[in-house]
Amino acid sequence: MDRRSFLKITSAAGAGLFVGVPAFGALKPATPQDFGAFVQIGADDVVTIWVSKSDMGQDVRTSLPMIVAEELDADWSRIKIRQAHFDAKFGRMGTGGSGSIRSMYKPLREAGAKARAMLVGAAAAKWNVPAAELEVANGVVTHAASKRSARFGELAEAAAKIEIKDAPPLKDPKHFKLIGSARKRLDCGDICCGKATYGIDVKVPGMLYAAVLRSPVFGGKVAKVDDTKAKAVSGVKHVVRTEAVGTDLPWNGVAVVATSTWAALKGRDALEVTWDEGPHAAESTESMRKQIAGAIDAGKVLLAKGDVEQALAGAAKKVEAEYEVPFVAHAAMEPLNATAHVTADGAELWVGTQFADWAARTAATWLGIKPEQVKVNVTMLGGGFGRRANPDFSLEAVQVSKAVGAPVKVQWTREDDMQHDYYRPASVHRISAGLDGENNVVAWHHRIAAPSIEAYFTPDSKIPEGSETGGVEDMPYIVPNHRADFALISSGVPRGWWRSVEYSINGFVINSFLDELAHASGRDPVELRLALIPKGFVQKFEDEKSPGRQWPYRSDRLRGVIELARDKAGWGKKMPVGRAQGFADCYSFLSYAAQVAEVSVGEDGMPKVHKVVCAIDCGTAVNPDGIRAQIEGAIVYGLSAALGQKITVEKGRVQQSNFHDFPLLTIGQMPEVEVHVVPSTEAPTGTGEPGLPPIAAAVTNAMFKLTGKRVRTLPLA
Amino acid sequence: MPTKLIVNGNAVSVASGADTPLLWVLRDELGLTGTKYGCGMGLCGACTVHVDGDPVRSCSTPVAEVAAKKITTIEGLSPHGTHPLQRAWAAENVPQCGYCQAGQIMSAAALLASKKGKLTDAEIEEAMSGNLCRCGTYLRIRKAIHRAAGEV
Repeated sequence: MDRRSFLKITSAAGAGLFVGVPAFGALKPATPQDFGAFVQIGADDVVTIWVSKSDMGQDVRTSLPMIVAEELDADWSRIKIRQAHFDAKFGRMGTGGSGSIRSMYKPLREAGAKARAMLVGAAAAKWNVPAAELEVANGVVTHAASKRSARFGELAEAAAKIEIKDAPPLKDPKHFKLIGSARKRLDCGDICCGKATYGIDVKVPGMLYAAVLRSPVFGGKVAKVDDTKAKAVSGVKHVVRTEAVGTDLPWNGVAVVATSTWAALKGRDALEVTWDEGPHAAESTESMRKQIAGAIDAGKVLLAKGDVEQALAGAAKKVEAEYEVPFVAHAAMEPLNATAHVTADGAELWVGTQFADWAARTAATWLGIKPEQVKVNVTMLGGGFGRRANPDFSLEAVQVSKAVGAPVKVQWTREDDMQHDYYRPASVHRISAGLDGENNVVAWHHRIAAPSIEAYFTPDSKIPEGSETGGVEDMPYIVPNHRADFALISSGVPRGWWRSVEYSINGFVINSFLDELAHASGRDPVELRLALIPKGFVQKFEDEKSPGRQWPYRSDRLRGVIELARDKAGWGKKMPVGRAQGFADCYSFLSYAAQVAEVSVGEDGMPKVHKVVCAIDCGTAVNPDGIRAQIEGAIVYGLSAALGQKITVEKGRVQQSNFHDFPLLTIGQMPEVEVHVVPSTEAPTGTGEPGLPPIAAAVTNAMFKLTGKRVRTLPLA
Repeated sequence: MPTKLIVNGNAVSVASGADTPLLWVLRDELGLTGTKYGCGMGLCGACTVHVDGDPVRSCSTPVAEVAAKKITTIEGLSPHGTHPLQRAWAAENVPQCGYCQAGQIMSAAALLASKKGKLTDAEIEEAMSGNLCRCGTYLRIRKAIHRAAGEV
């Protein structure tokens, strides 16, 4: 099947699924011409840009097109976006790790430059003039000498046939017009009219609705089902089993399939299921704490520079502290859901997934077909934060559709979503440090005990600490004697990637401890950080695949954001009575961030965060307003967790269920946020996550100034 | 027994059972998917619609309770998406994932309709405290409401 007829079919099946930019006025329909995988141009001058990354709020649906349009010199008001369906031609579609801008910057600039060269080539041939004499601006190619010009739409058909052999040169950044300018969401209008299509909004002909009762205990199985009462509920059509598939789908369950969401939910309530609770039925938060207490001193040594024991023994002063953080859930606003249609020829999915390729692969494997036989239509995502990376909710819908032979939307409730997550791991950290007679930090020993993400997905992994030690092993604060240990804790609780992953924890722990050291040594916390971060250090990476090869860590950039946040916040200025500032910084996901939080503490001991000043260095700022939005969002996400969020386990079950016991920050708790983006021409890095790691410690460090009490356990409530 | 409703000015008759939450009637039966499901307990505000002008959580309102009443959803707030709040939302570039925004706008629209002229931060926070946003667009929501209140 060629791509155009494929598109016709998918757009007919998912009518209204992909929403472009409204308000073009009445334009003649035109067959758009292909300019590579990402760009199409029609005779109507509309430049369609395919967005191959999933949008969960980070607005790649605006920032990625900006990159293409910049090199193309397109008219921004004529840009239309289409969300890419799963297709190998788009390359890796996985969206996470603050990597969309970072990974797509170069390929999309090249795609734009190539399309521009094709248009220039067509104009040069048409007018019989040298291509070098042509200029392009705002979707128009001009030959000044002969005073001729042509719009993109007039050239599109001929241009699409032009072959470009050598990659055209890219613009000098000083000529950027779009990149670096604050652009508004292209799909804002649809969102504010209720027209944007999220996974939950998908409706395909003949579709049934399902709710799945999943084992309340992690790893449990169905022992016995009595579905008599469920099947008696009006609208219920089928009751079928769903089966766990390793970590791709950790849940066994019973699905009630009906003619509406409400009938499915009522039917599910009427199910009588006996569970074989399996090996994790006795697990609790308390049992894990006991396990940690016995293991934290016997971890595997990850890093041993110098001689920490000797340095600690000889230190003039020793400081030690233990920190604990809980499991937390993602709780995206849109509860998980997926629509699947399994047929004899393959399968089609409509799903708000961060990883269309992973969803396709797991569906194909389970069905015993090829990934190319699985069409994945990526909808808007009502939040992701790492939860929509995993393919479990897609695969479960595939299973139910196959069982009933019809398209099915599986809708999770809030409770389902909260109690069947891949949680950020809980962990305990102990740091021991030594100061010499002149208050220099001479020893630093960081012990971590946690059930890790890596060990969940790969139980026999040689590096179970793989996703737990960012910022610990490569800590930017240089101490001559430095050791880090990791003790793996066993747990049946699924673990996954939660916005900023381990940096959300390590950022809190390390920044808290730096504050403890500053207090113990009578030094200013900012001055201490700058003293521990050497000037002019550049870390390059041996591994060719490491992003650090292209984006090396530069200590001066971290120092730069620390100094910028310090200066912009007026660090050390006299504060009103009852208010204090706290400081934290973090290098994560190849970006640099520092924050100053201005805080007061209520009679209940809870903080009120009045203002956060954040300095961020993410290289070239593609869409500065988008960056601001991401920092605001990361602060809220991190602050919500620090103030009141925890997932606790009893009898192998999650105890929290909805927003009453897993609270989100409300509008009245929202601090003022001031973002300072460091001007830069370095290659861009991400901002979805780096704004999160500093916030908890920035707040609790300020609280210490006010109360003299150190917060070492999160959440605060 | 069918229930008669007035949705966005149109009289409709719906077949969903009397106990069905208005949310699922709007979404599954009437195809008005702008109103979102978030918690099912009236805790997040994503499902906010107007019933006779008042903001109501449709996820926990049985359809029988709103029989013959005037229901307005985000799709019916303005004919062309040009309500002062929708314009203000665009001007302040409010949405991130966008999922909660219909509920935010409907709560804000009820606030603006109930109180003319400029609003204080405290008034906005009180009216909007039941509308959660996981992405953290609160600062922009507050600014957008101020902007729209200045226009109305």
